[in-house]
Amino acid sequence: MKDSKYEAPKSSVKEPLVHIVKRSDIEPWKAWGIRIAAVLLGMLVSALFINGITNLNPAAVFKSMFAGAFGTDKRIWQTLKDMSLLLCIGIGLAPAFKLRFWNVGAEGQVLIGGLVSAALMINLGGKIPNGVLLILMALCAVVCGAVWGLIPAYFKSKYRTNETLFTLMMNYIALQLVEFYVDVWDKKQSHSVGVINASSKAGWMPYIGGNQFILMIIIVALITVGMYFYLQNSKQGFEITVVGESENTARYAGISVSKVIRRTMLVSAGICGLAGFLEVSAVSHTISSLTAGGRGFTAIIVAWLGKFNPFAMTLITAILAFMSRGANQIASDFNFNKFASNILTGIILFFILGSEFFINYRLVFRHRPKEVK
Amino acid sequence: MKKILTKVLSLAAVTAMVGCSSGTAASSAAATSSAAAATTGDGKIGVILVGDENEGYTAAHMDGIREAASQLGIADDQIIWKYSIGETQDCYDAAVDLVDQGATLIVSNSYGHQGFMEQAASENPDVTFVAMTGDTAALSGLPNFKNAFNHTYESRYVSGVVAGMKLQELIDNGTLTKENLPDAFAGDDIKIGYVGAYPYAEVVSGYTAFYLGVKSVVPNVHMYVEYTNSWFDQSAEKATAESLMAKGCVIISQHADSTGAPSAVQSALENGTVAYSVGYNISMLEVAPDAALTSASNNWSVYYTYAFQNWLEGKAMDIATDWAEGYNTGAVCVTELGKSCAPGTQEKVLEVEKAIKDGTLNVFDITTFTTGGASLTEDTEIDLSFDPANPNLIKPVKDGAFRESDTANGFRSAPYFSIRIDGIEESGAE
Repeated sequence: MKDSKYEAPKSSVKEPLVHIVKRSDIEPWKAWGIRIAAVLLGMLVSALFINGITNLNPAAVFKSMFAGAFGTDKRIWQTLKDMSLLLCIGIGLAPAFKLRFWNVGAEGQVLIGGLVSAALMINLGGKIPNGVLLILMALCAVVCGAVWGLIPAYFKSKYRTNETLFTLMMNYIALQLVEFYVDVWDKKQSHSVGVINASSKAGWMPYIGGNQFILMIIIVALITVGMYFYLQNSKQGFEITVVGESENTARYAGISVSKVIRRTMLVSAGICGLAGFLEVSAVSHTISSLTAGGRGFTAIIVAWLGKFNPFAMTLITAILAFMSRGANQIASDFNFNKFASNILTGIILFFILGSEFFINYRLVFRHRPKEVK
Repeated sequence: MKKILTKVLSLAAVTAMVGCSSGTAASSAAATSSAAAATTGDGKIGVILVGDENEGYTAAHMDGIREAASQLGIADDQIIWKYSIGETQDCYDAAVDLVDQGATLIVSNSYGHQGFMEQAASENPDVTFVAMTGDTAALSGLPNFKNAFNHTYESRYVSGVVAGMKLQELIDNGTLTKENLPDAFAGDDIKIGYVGAYPYAEVVSGYTAFYLGVKSVVPNVHMYVEYTNSWFDQSAEKATAESLMAKGCVIISQHADSTGAPSAVQSALENGTVAYSVGYNISMLEVAPDAALTSASNNWSVYYTYAFQNWLEGKAMDIATDWAEGYNTGAVCVTELGKSCAPGTQEKVLEVEKAIKDGTLNVFDITTFTTGGASLTEDTEIDLSFDPANPNLIKPVKDGAFRESDTANGFRSAPYFSIRIDGIEESGAE
């Protein structure tokens, strides 16, 4: 006997047109195929955008972008410089994020490293040998950056404070300290330190073969390779992975979570502090609130997109550096407002970020069962 | 939202900018331009700008460059523009990139670009670099590194005269009395206010000139200067103007680049406060139709025409290391007078401008002000070096006046009047 209350489910239950299924695994070639398709699609949408608002030939615009990043030897070095500065911070962030410690304080750690470097340049420039000064600057930048990161790590491990807010607030403290010292060191009260030691070049990273950036690029390359092995092959790297995946598992395995947090933030923030030293000593030779220039935040995207793999991160920074140089060039070539070229960068980044969705999930379309008479 | 609004407002203000007609210099240059065009070749001029056309200060420079280029027949593709270049390493990068692209004359428009321009100049001796509003060209000793600055203090003085006329009108019609507006008086002195960017010579020179302009009409004035510590900060300028009006200031002038102060004065005026605004760079009538009296302004095309002319003739290296001109070449001006200006202001402005031009009126006449109760003398010394350990002392007072931006005597073009005179009170400097 049938119970009229409980009808058998109708075959016509609404199945959505698409539903989303998590991929358990994806072959690398497929993943890269999706990424490349995303970049191409992003460029296509950018091209439509350009054509829509300006009637310019998109090919000419992309050519100008390319010329902006690689058009001359100097531009290639500039692009490599942008890339290595950003990569250095991204590499610094990688262990922290792998640990699931949300270090959004790279901006402040870079600034504090830059600030202490500038302080040494100003106060000791010409008083001690340049080599000694450079090493001292690098060491102090690492130590100060590390301390800037250790403070929130200590509170996180001891009192379980929220590290996102804590590191973020440390940025503002660093920023205000820089603003303060800019006024202390600025002789004209115009709120600008100017180029430090412009004539003596004390504390400037030496040029190699007349090139300003080679030494810095080599240093960042060494850190990148070193970080790869640190994360992949060292016991500490393994501990970071375990704590990042599950704190309870880590505790069960006898790993001291708070110790790993503090140690990892020392490494992470120390490298960010070193990035501040590189920025001041090798690149700008000055200090201002713009020294970190938002790279501390962009580097978070780098670390995540590169999945904390230093080599993948290198590729991501290359793309970002190319796009930012290219965007500046089209602004100059076509009298674009800079915001228009930022939109292009935004579109392409959006597609790259979006592609990760299709790598982690797949769409399943509704099967339309054939009607049966 | 606020940011967008700021942009829209400043854009509106720019489009509304009346500017001052370029006067004689441009037309005389035009006469020689056809001869010069022959030697142009395919050279390039590089321009490094701190902002873009949405920002009043940069827009004024862009207008000046475009006007100079069209007067001299320089083609559009001979000028390479670099927009929104911060006062950072970006400026150096932009400069060397312009050298790579073949620029032989490179101009930057913001003060903080200077150090990076100097670095680029020392590395590229064949290219001429001009850091507008800068002050280290002469000190650097580089033959290819130049500074230029208008005698903006002259137009500030004239804008002060306009404000003084307004005060006199308010006194005469009985609005501005101790009984009506007790807050507007400090003792017997009428309070006026000034929104400053940073406490250094360029700003000090400007506000002092403005104050002396007001004082030339109404002798009993006391000025409060409050700093925003930023060149462009709409909300800080607005807040500072409000704080000055709360003190009782009847006139609010400014050396800061946004429309924040005039719009604050306009809404206060609409709500019954007696207050008027004197702006800077661009006419503020768009945002403050009732409150804005006028703005002290610059006509950059005069310098750019001079510099580009030299460049066209292959003499870019001969551009003056320090260039400074004012009313006599039309390099400075005040913008259109607002409808609230006192009757007779236009005539008075013309009279004062004429007196400045023919030299019968000196803005920093030492008989018109005192510092620490005493007048300056011909023995007064100031230091141009920025380095107390190694001072470069000059005696700027001559024939009864402090000679500001006196390039004829080999002094720098950027202002160096940083003496604090009696009757002006500063606060808010970081």
